[in-house]
Amino acid sequence: MKRVPITGGKMVLTPDEQAIETKHLGFTISPHEECGVEEAVRIVESQGGEVVVLTLGPPEAEEQLRECMALGADRAIHLVSGEEWDAQATASALVDAIRGEEPFDLIVLGNESADAGNYQVGIRVAYALGLPVVTGLKGLTVADGRARCEQEVATGRDVYDVALPAVITVKEGLNLPRYPSVPAKLRANRKPVDARPVERPAPKLEKLRLVVPEGSRKQAEILGEGAAAAPRVVEVMQQLGVA
Amino acid sequence: MSALVFLEGADELSLQALTLGESLGDVRAVRFDGPYAPAAWAKAIVDAAGDADIIGPGSDRGNEVLAHVAAQLDLPFAANVTEVRGNDVTRIRWGGTLQEEARIHSERKLLTAAPFAFAPSSSPLQAEVLSPSLDGSVTVVDQVAPDSGGKVSLADAKVVVSGGRGVGSSEGFAILEELAELLDGAVGCSRVVTSAGWRPHADQVGQTGTKVSPDLYIACGISGATQHIAGCKGAKKLLAINADREATIFAHADYAVVGDLHEILPAITAELRKARAV
Repeated sequence: MKRVPITGGKMVLTPDEQAIETKHLGFTISPHEECGVEEAVRIVESQGGEVVVLTLGPPEAEEQLRECMALGADRAIHLVSGEEWDAQATASALVDAIRGEEPFDLIVLGNESADAGNYQVGIRVAYALGLPVVTGLKGLTVADGRARCEQEVATGRDVYDVALPAVITVKEGLNLPRYPSVPAKLRANRKPVDARPVERPAPKLEKLRLVVPEGSRKQAEILGEGAAAAPRVVEVMQQLGVA
Repeated sequence: MSALVFLEGADELSLQALTLGESLGDVRAVRFDGPYAPAAWAKAIVDAAGDADIIGPGSDRGNEVLAHVAAQLDLPFAANVTEVRGNDVTRIRWGGTLQEEARIHSERKLLTAAPFAFAPSSSPLQAEVLSPSLDGSVTVVDQVAPDSGGKVSLADAKVVVSGGRGVGSSEGFAILEELAELLDGAVGCSRVVTSAGWRPHADQVGQTGTKVSPDLYIACGISGATQHIAGCKGAKKLLAINADREATIFAHADYAVVGDLHEILPAITAELRKARAV
């Protein structure tokens, strides 16, 4: 799971161009992963077991770990680092943490993070652990030690069938995550978070700077105000050939 | 210098990846027949590539296959690149609403071409078909047809009528449905709407939803968060209808109507019917 800012309407960078200015922004669980946590919790609710949530992030990412535990995760492991890690180093830190635990049946990641969008951490984790991996799931059924995985494609859905243990990456839309109840949030505050400081290795894909792409801002033609604008709107639709 | 380019087919994103490959050196293009099997396909690509750079399209499958290649070779992989300068690249973040300049610390480059960052290659396409061994590897075992209910799909629609928080409720979408049907278009929505459960996720336009490219995108009561813009910036024209004249969506719009969508949409529908009756 990754903590990401809620970016709103405009990207503003810090003066060193290394990050988004977040002084006035809230934070959230990256959307694909929120569905991943929800799915894991549903599986354990119906079949028994334990959900452990794992993140690599700054000290403040504990807020998102608590949110995950309010959704129903049982405990959390927090690899604490204030720096941004590249995908290779991230995967390797996650693998170290996973290896230190009892073996998991299912390891769930987001297909790609909302911010960095590297599309590879889950696959690298699977290779390091020697497990099969299916990505971008919009449907999942776990039964009899196997996972039936549905991936959305232009022609519908492609289906994969893999034996557990396996790594899967998921997309938003897999489910609709619940709104945690107040008692669930209170319980989440008492669940254990195992915080471990980690040292970032030298990046192989090194971020130099961020850039806000220029000038997609347009000067809109105002067609009018309220219902009185309707005739002009229809004229424009006719001009565009869509009416 | 040489580059091996993985093509999904003769689709636009693959031809764009080919252009990126051609800019790096001599190109060898490869593709696959048979069931999709990302790990096995990646292994075949790695075996065929020698020490060439490996390039793929910035599609779900292009990024997936290249990530498998990267994991097999334990090399860095830069996804969705818009520009290459030696070992430095520019790549997109946040669904294209932000860019990152990055340095690849490796002799070999593994890249995917960000959608629409490169012109499609016009060189005659002669892709070699690789035949990987699928022995025991993860592969597609079944396919399920989409359940569109006979309606035009969001991704293919010429007109998308899309609603945000301003629509107010699930029932509020009736007037969007009516207009969309009249225009033979599809109804879309923002992430706020799917999170609230007003519409299914399949209707969501955005970074984590469907990316659309209609002739006309009508954004009703949508504020214009970057998450949403990432999904609709491919529209040829954008009409924004919003009660808040300061809404960010107007900065992305070609046409603007200020006011209450609950009055404006029925008026547009009525006007369209009138125009057609003539």
